[in-house]
Amino acid sequence: MASSTYEHSVQLDVEKCTGCTNCLRRCPTEAIRISDGHARINESRCIDCGECIRICANKAKRAVVGTLEDMDRFRYKIALPAPSLYGQFENLEDVDYVLEGLLKIGFDDVFEVSKAAELVSAYTRLYLKTEGIKFPVISSACPVILRLMALRFPSLNDNVMHMLPPMEVAAKLARKRAKEAHPELADDEIGVCFISPCPAKASYVKNGFADYESKVDVVVSMSDVYFALIGKMPRDGVVEASTESGMVGIGWASSGGEATALLNDEYLAADGIENVINVLEQIENGHIPHVRFIELDACTAGCVGGVLTVQNPYIAKTRLQSLRRYLPVSMNVLSPEEQEYIPELYLFNELPTYEPMAVLSHNMAESMRMMADIQRLRNELPGIDCGACGAPSCRALAEDIVKGRAKLEDCRIVEK
Amino acid sequence: MSDPLVFHFDVDGENFTSAGQASTQVKKNLRQIGLSPDIIRRVSIAMYEGEINMVIHASGGVADVTVTEEYVEIVLKDKGPGIESVERAMQEGFSTATDSIRSLGFGAGMGLPNMRRYTDSMEIDTVVGVGTTITMRVNL
Repeated sequence: MASSTYEHSVQLDVEKCTGCTNCLRRCPTEAIRISDGHARINESRCIDCGECIRICANKAKRAVVGTLEDMDRFRYKIALPAPSLYGQFENLEDVDYVLEGLLKIGFDDVFEVSKAAELVSAYTRLYLKTEGIKFPVISSACPVILRLMALRFPSLNDNVMHMLPPMEVAAKLARKRAKEAHPELADDEIGVCFISPCPAKASYVKNGFADYESKVDVVVSMSDVYFALIGKMPRDGVVEASTESGMVGIGWASSGGEATALLNDEYLAADGIENVINVLEQIENGHIPHVRFIELDACTAGCVGGVLTVQNPYIAKTRLQSLRRYLPVSMNVLSPEEQEYIPELYLFNELPTYEPMAVLSHNMAESMRMMADIQRLRNELPGIDCGACGAPSCRALAEDIVKGRAKLEDCRIVEK
Repeated sequence: MSDPLVFHFDVDGENFTSAGQASTQVKKNLRQIGLSPDIIRRVSIAMYEGEINMVIHASGGVADVTVTEEYVEIVLKDKGPGIESVERAMQEGFSTATDSIRSLGFGAGMGLPNMRRYTDSMEIDTVVGVGTTITMRVNL
C-alpha cells in the first residue's frame, strides 16, 4: 500500500494545538514538525502508535475510530471484544458479565478475541516446528510493530510470522458462526465490530495489510464501549456461562502473554515503543540471546496500555490476573488431526513492500551529497535539541534544511 | 562520481553501556543514503562486533566509515593490547574476554569470525602492546 493512500487513525486537531513541543521528541519515527504555530504529522512516517495522543496536554491529537452507531447499518451485529476490555472494570467477578453486557447494548453475538488468540497460540506452536522458517520468529500481532518494521527494519522481514492477528481470526470465525446459525443472512448483512484498545488496529482495518483485506467492519474505542457498558452490564446474579477462553487467551492482553502461551521458555517479550526499537536494532546487529520467538508490543505493558483504554495498564493487568486465576489454561485445544497443518484461514501471504522512509534521494550520489551537507550543518547547529525550530533535534533540522523543508534561520539559537 | 562520505566516531571504552551506538548511527546514515537492507545489515553487524571488541579489549578507539558508490569501508583503530595470534582469534568460540564481560552475554568468541563472514574483505593489522587496526569492506 503506497504511503500516500494510507489512512491514519492518529490525527491532529489544528484548532486545539498550541504548537508546544511535547509531542515532537516523543514521536519514535520523528514524524512530527511544528510550523506556523501548530504540529504537522508526516503521514508517510506515522506508525499510528499513539504516543503523541498520550503526551498531548491539549488533546489536540486524537484517534479517529468508528462509533457504535456505525453498526446500525447491519442486520446482524457481532462484537469482538479484545481481552484488554475485561481489565477495565472494577470488581469484575467474571468475564461472562461483560459478554452479557455486550448483548444488552445491542449486539446479536459476541466472539471473544481471546478465543481466537488461543487458537493462534496453538497454531503458533505448530508454526515454530515448520521446517525452513527463520529464527527468531517475530510476532505479527501488533499492527504498530508491523508498520514500524516495514518502514525501518526491512532486513528482518523474513523473521515475521505469517500468522494473522487474533482480531482477524476472530472476525473470520465469527462470520462463519453467524452464517451457520442464520443461513438466511447475506454476507453484507453481518457486521463485525472490534472493540479496540488502540488506534493502530483501526488503521489496520481501514488499510488492510499488503494484499490482505480486513474482515472487520467497524473499529470502536474501548473507552466508548466501557461507558456504554457501565450502565447496562449486570454486576451480579446468574448470567449464562458463555466465555470460551482461558488463561492463555486473556493473557494476550498484556506483554508476555502471547510468548508464554507457547509453553516454551525460549522467548523474548518487549513492550513500549522505545524498548521495541532497541530490541529490533539488537536483532539486526545479530546480538540477541538464543530465542525462538519474539513478542513485541508497542504499548507499555502490552495491549492494556493502549491509548483507547480507560484504566491504568498495570491496574488492568492485575485485574486480568485475578480473572484468569481459576480459568482452565486454554479452552481451545487442537485435536491431533487439526495439528497436521495450519489452515489458510490463519495465514497471510505478503508483507507490505519496503518503503524506505528515511532515504534522502533515490539517486545514491545525490543522497551522499545530501548526507555530507547534513554532517556539515550539524556542526553549525548548537546540538542542544531544544525543539524551538519545530524539528525534534538539531540533526532532524539539518535533514529538513537539506531536503529544502526548513531554513538555517529557523534555528533560534545559532548566531545570525 | 561523488566524493566519498566519511563518518567518524570516537568509541568510548570507559562506558560499556554506550557500546553499539556508533553502529546504530551508521545504520541510520546508510539507510538515508538508500543502501539495500542486506548491505546495511552486513555493515551494521560487522561494525557492531568490531565496536564491542574495541570496548571489551582495548578501552575504546576510533571508527571511520567511508561510503563510496562502490563499497562501504569500516576502519577500526585502537591502542589496545594487540592480538597475540590472529589465527587463534579467528577461530569460532575463541575468546579472551573476562567472566564479567561474558556474564553480559558478550565474549562468545564470534566477534572476528562474524566480522569476516559479513564482509567481502577484512585485514587485521596488529602489534602486541601497540594496538590493532581492522579494515573491512562490504562491496555494493
